[in-house]
Amino acid sequence: MHRSLSRFPAVALMIVVLALVVTQARAGERFITVTSTTSTQNSGLYGHLLPIFTGVTGIEVRVVAVGTGQAIRLARQGDADVLFVHHKASEEKFVAEGFGVARFDVMYNDFVIVGPKADPAKVRGMTDAAKALVKIAAAKAAFASRGDNSGTNKKELELWKTAGVDARGVSGSWYRETGSGMGATLNTASAMNAYALTDRATWIKFANKGDLAVMVEGDDRLYNQYGIILVSPAKHPHVKAKDGQAFIDWILSEDGQEAIAAYHISGEQAFFPNAARAGY
Amino acid sequence: MTDFGAAFAAAFAMVAGFDPDLAEIVGLSLQVSLLAVGLATVIGLPVGAAVALFRFPGRTALVVALNALMGLPPVVVGLIVYLLLSRAGPFGVLGLLFTPTAMIIAQVLLVTPIIAALTRQVVEDLWVEYEDQMRSLGAGPARALTALLWDGRFTLITAVLAGFGRASAEVGAVMIVGGNIDHVTRVMTTAIALEVSKGDLALALGLGIVLMTLSLAVNAAAFLVKETAQRHYG
Repeated sequence: MHRSLSRFPAVALMIVVLALVVTQARAGERFITVTSTTSTQNSGLYGHLLPIFTGVTGIEVRVVAVGTGQAIRLARQGDADVLFVHHKASEEKFVAEGFGVARFDVMYNDFVIVGPKADPAKVRGMTDAAKALVKIAAAKAAFASRGDNSGTNKKELELWKTAGVDARGVSGSWYRETGSGMGATLNTASAMNAYALTDRATWIKFANKGDLAVMVEGDDRLYNQYGIILVSPAKHPHVKAKDGQAFIDWILSEDGQEAIAAYHISGEQAFFPNAARAGY
Repeated sequence: MTDFGAAFAAAFAMVAGFDPDLAEIVGLSLQVSLLAVGLATVIGLPVGAAVALFRFPGRTALVVALNALMGLPPVVVGLIVYLLLSRAGPFGVLGLLFTPTAMIIAQVLLVTPIIAALTRQVVEDLWVEYEDQMRSLGAGPARALTALLWDGRFTLITAVLAGFGRASAEVGAVMIVGGNIDHVTRVMTTAIALEVSKGDLALALGLGIVLMTLSLAVNAAAFLVKETAQRHYG
């Protein structure tokens, strides 16, 4: 009855070797790791952009899409070659602290405040985001916040500050922090008919709008700038500086900028390239 | 209700159309989870049997700990493995973060306690039943270990399947250490999470249906193997 069990060590070894072989099969490939935001991924931009870049250079781009806060954290730890996010102050701090080589503007779009069509706070059509938030707070209308330290969340908190409302102080009542990504937060807002701040690209692409619609847009403060940074090889020697820089150079080049401009969702341009180098 | 209809339509369209992206994701899911369960079995069976048969100080505490570890939260395991594999962590030089290897490591940590704890129970029960007989044959715990594992093999398949269930269903750990990178570390569960976040609930549910069908197929295959083997060797 032991005969089969005596093969156990051999089978065990085989499984270990198989695991190593299978998982190392891709190790020889040329790639860079980019940490970026859920908004750019959920909008589908990378699916459009990256194949073009890889076709030109042969460099594969692996995108890890998380909130801006977490993306910066990953890059600080040296777990990325390039950082592509949307909160200028945090990005400049990242470079100033020596974690990044330099920051470049890439593109912009804007944030919008979405909300239920019944509009209990009567903010539809307003162009002053801060005043709209004051009205939402006064009406105690449900508001779904990312609450995850992402770029969108930081923007939202800045707007509450401008509005002079301590929304986080009443978190759990009408102000609800989901602690999750843009899409997940929109799902929540859609389910409980809450207002929410979202970037326009994610909103256009979002398929579960339910009863929500754009309520507030056009405020200069809703401007949403994306920046790109090479993680410092001085800080993290393993960073693939050459290939990472090649990606940044391409994104900022005329070809890269045109590729961004060409990306449309449902007929709408999702991002507007504005890299200084390309003369836009 | 329309979502459910759309989900089944989406699942059917994906499977019937041999969607290459879907095939890739399904392939990676199976690869990661099956290898993780394979490794966890290799570790968990002997460990579980040893804990069942040998008497040593702190054994009771170890038994309780093993049982408790069956409930390890995937997101915590993911975080620990992330901290270990991060470039700033102790194993950073290996460059394993955001690779299928990292996902396998995390799942081995999740699944091994399940297999070890269930094996411990199975072998201990058999030992109670056969101890006198084995001792009279001159077989102590060490000799009995392999004998009882072999004896309990059909029951132990269920332990391994419980481990597979955990591995194939969890999203918390593989999301953190894999990064859900398209064509590299995207598996069924992280793809479902992504589609939910895009608000495409029908597609997400469709992927869920495919995943459950896959799980059913793996379990059915294991059942058939067990039945056939039992008939021949039972």
